[in-house]
Amino acid sequence: MGNKIEVLDLNAGFGSTHVLKNISINIPKNRVTAIIGPSGCGKSTFVRCLNRIHELVPSAWVNGRVLLDGKNIYDSDVDPVDIRRRVGMVFQKPNPFPAMSIYDNIAYGPKIHGMKAKLDEIVEDSLRKAALWDEVKHRLKDSPLSLSGGQQQRLCIARALAVEPEVILFDEPCSALDPVATAKIEDLILELKENYTIVIVTHNMQQAARIADFTAFFLMGELIEYGETAQIFENPRDKRTEDYITGRFG
Amino acid sequence: MNMLSRKAMDRLFTFFCIASTALAIIPLGSMLYTIFVKGFSVISIDFLTKLPTPAREAGGGFGNAIQGSFIVVGIASIIGIPLGIGAGMYLAEFPNSRLSRIVSFTADVLTGVPSIITGIFAYLLIVLRFGGFSALAGGVALATMMIPFIVRTTEEAMKLVPAELREASLALGAPRWKTSLAVVLSTARFGIITGVLLTIARIAGETAPLLFTAFNNRFWFDGVMNPVATLPVMIYTYAISPFEDWHAQAWGSALVLVAMILVLNIGIKLAAGRRW
Amino acid sequence: MKLRVPSFSILNGKSWKFTHDTLFQIFLGVISIISVIVLAALLLRELIKGSWPALSTFGLEFLFSTAWNPVTGEFGALPFIYGTIVSSMLALLIGVPLSLGIAVYLTEIASSRVRAILSPVVELLAAIPSVIIGLWGIFVLAPFVREHLAPPLMNYLGFLPLFKGPAYGYSVLTAGLVLAIMIIPIISSVSREAILAVPSLQKEGALALGATRFETIISVVLPYAKGAIFGAVMLGLGRAIGETMAVTMVIGNNPQIFTSLLHPGYTMAAVIANEFTEATDDVYLAALIEIGLVLFAISMVVNIIARVITWKYLKLEEGLS
Ligand SMILES: Nc1ncnc2c1ncn2[C@@H]1O[C@H](COP(=O)(O)OP(=O)(O)OP(=O)(O)O)[C@@H](O)[C@H]1O
Ligand SMILES: [Mg+2]
Repeated sequence: MGNKIEVLDLNAGFGSTHVLKNISINIPKNRVTAIIGPSGCGKSTFVRCLNRIHELVPSAWVNGRVLLDGKNIYDSDVDPVDIRRRVGMVFQKPNPFPAMSIYDNIAYGPKIHGMKAKLDEIVEDSLRKAALWDEVKHRLKDSPLSLSGGQQQRLCIARALAVEPEVILFDEPCSALDPVATAKIEDLILELKENYTIVIVTHNMQQAARIADFTAFFLMGELIEYGETAQIFENPRDKRTEDYITGRFG
Repeated sequence: MNMLSRKAMDRLFTFFCIASTALAIIPLGSMLYTIFVKGFSVISIDFLTKLPTPAREAGGGFGNAIQGSFIVVGIASIIGIPLGIGAGMYLAEFPNSRLSRIVSFTADVLTGVPSIITGIFAYLLIVLRFGGFSALAGGVALATMMIPFIVRTTEEAMKLVPAELREASLALGAPRWKTSLAVVLSTARFGIITGVLLTIARIAGETAPLLFTAFNNRFWFDGVMNPVATLPVMIYTYAISPFEDWHAQAWGSALVLVAMILVLNIGIKLAAGRRW
Repeated sequence: MKLRVPSFSILNGKSWKFTHDTLFQIFLGVISIISVIVLAALLLRELIKGSWPALSTFGLEFLFSTAWNPVTGEFGALPFIYGTIVSSMLALLIGVPLSLGIAVYLTEIASSRVRAILSPVVELLAAIPSVIIGLWGIFVLAPFVREHLAPPLMNYLGFLPLFKGPAYGYSVLTAGLVLAIMIIPIISSVSREAILAVPSLQKEGALALGATRFETIISVVLPYAKGAIFGAVMLGLGRAIGETMAVTMVIGNNPQIFTSLLHPGYTMAAVIANEFTEATDDVYLAALIEIGLVLFAISMVVNIIARVITWKYLKLEEGLS
């Protein structure tokens, strides 16, 4: 098992706010890595640095290295658009494109990347992988807003899968969902790790314990502790990690 | 002050507020009533489709003015809508550039330009240069009025699109231009269409910009470089004429114009309320 | 800990690439320059160029001369500037209290059902084209002023030069009334926003102390909202100054300065509308365009003030006017 992503000495922030401080972390291939930590500690900023979405905020800055399969994604010869295709993202609130049909939501990405042949197949395949096909196959032309929140989130996952990414970043994908929909997404993530490398930000420690192979604990922009999930939860080495997972702060 | 007179003051004030509202509604009611009563008897198929006749000669209509209004507003839309939407998109997509700030301020200033001034402008720019009053000049005058409103309405509609949608598209590896066209613009389209239609309703009744641009014409439209009759200018000309029957026709065309504008206005607002 | 400066490849210019996105930005940038900046510049240039013959002949005197006699070639803008100022002030004098009354009624007094019906009705007034208001002004309002409004004013206030007879239907007073009707929608709707922006805690505080509604509005609401309301008034003033058709149709179009509001007058916009197509010689036309330039300058100043103020207090977006 190799590392899909290696982060070396990453610093990032907005204007004069320094959010991420000297983060170095290896993210293993075909595993689920969870990022936990109190609100505002920089979890979202961190994952957004992994697909170069962070830099789209006008005041944002970043330096350090993020190696994807050994190649620094911040090198000047790298096209951020290509990185964003290879590293997909699912957001906190389900955000399907409201002006497009369910079908077009999924087809949007492949069309952009010139995968115009077999569009129907790609759409069906992505929806199946996201465990949504059976629920929507008869209403592909409908508006995505007619779906429930959980279905919308799976649609967003299908949309991300359709461009054949290698890594998928989940930024608190279940925080807007009820427990049943949450369980479905969690099952889905466990299935997806066969073929994808997954990073998931979560506030919910049970969720991290249930699905993650590795867990990283962030505090005020620093990586405090990183290891196998079982070790982090059962046997934390750092006092601050222990305090956090036992609910003594955060 | 004792309690009694304090209460009295309060009553008086409430009465003042109610009376103010009534005083604003009375003229509106009077206008709509008069237009309907005086205009309705004039309206007929002939009136809507025939050419005007000289004063004191029975029959005739405003067909050419109705046609001309559509043409001049159409020309203004062809010029104003693409330019306005383009500039509005720029303001929404690149809000932090220096150009954006200058454009935004200038567009605001332009919304306050008196309508008669846009008429002078189009006169100097088009009529003087191309040797005569023309439908084109009228269209340019109205487009000048339209553009700042369309810029604003486009910008606002696009800024209402949640940032997450934009990010979702970018995170799929879509380039920025594609994101703003396929996601932001298309999500904002209802807002933009509403704004554009309201702007059209607003300029369709403008008279001052047309007085010495589109001018007037007693015949049907015959080319964009020739003068053309429009409803508002006809209403004005007929209203200030000394002839009784022209006054009556002015009311008739006022009814046509008001009906079109109100239907457009109310229709758009109802439709927008239901989110189409 | 030292803060390192941004180090994006795109920002430090190492590899600035000409992409479709750059093209897109340039394309939209060019459109916005053409449709807004070039338009404004062209507008200013044409007005100055067009009025140059008059500007260079009459100089500043143009603004202060009361003679307007195209036949003898005498041109002075003062009667029009005076008429514009007097009719706009009259419009504010009538329109502002009414607009505030409406704003208070619709925010604080009316039930939500009444409000839902009446506020679109007041806004409907803004959708009526000015030529139609002028038409109504000629045939309904002007006769009403001559027969029912002017006589009592002359009877009771005739000792004031402002209300000296004889009364004409087409008069500065009629124009002021028409303008008041036309500025009420904008002033009342912006004032409503301003009143709604007053924190309810402040209002409740005053009410809890036993203040009546009137006292609360006078002592809490209006002071809090006064900045934005001032902006609303300026927006209305900008409207009134530039309004053309309705005024042209009812003011009587007489280029003489009368003190009496019951006499006819003339405004800058009206003289342009009325005489532009008749202006056969170049200086006459240029004089009218120069009046246009003055009108443009005045309404720009008023509008910029209005916008700066309403933005500051309400972060109000365009779309109301
Ligand atoms: N656009 C922005 N501009 C300036 N500062 C920002 C911006 N976005 C986030 N921040 C700041 O960066 C820090 C980290 O934010 P981030 O969103 O990464 O936290 P988080 O760990 O994801 O929190 P949460 O659990 O609440 O999502 C916070 O202090 C936040 O205030
Ligand atoms: Mg977050």
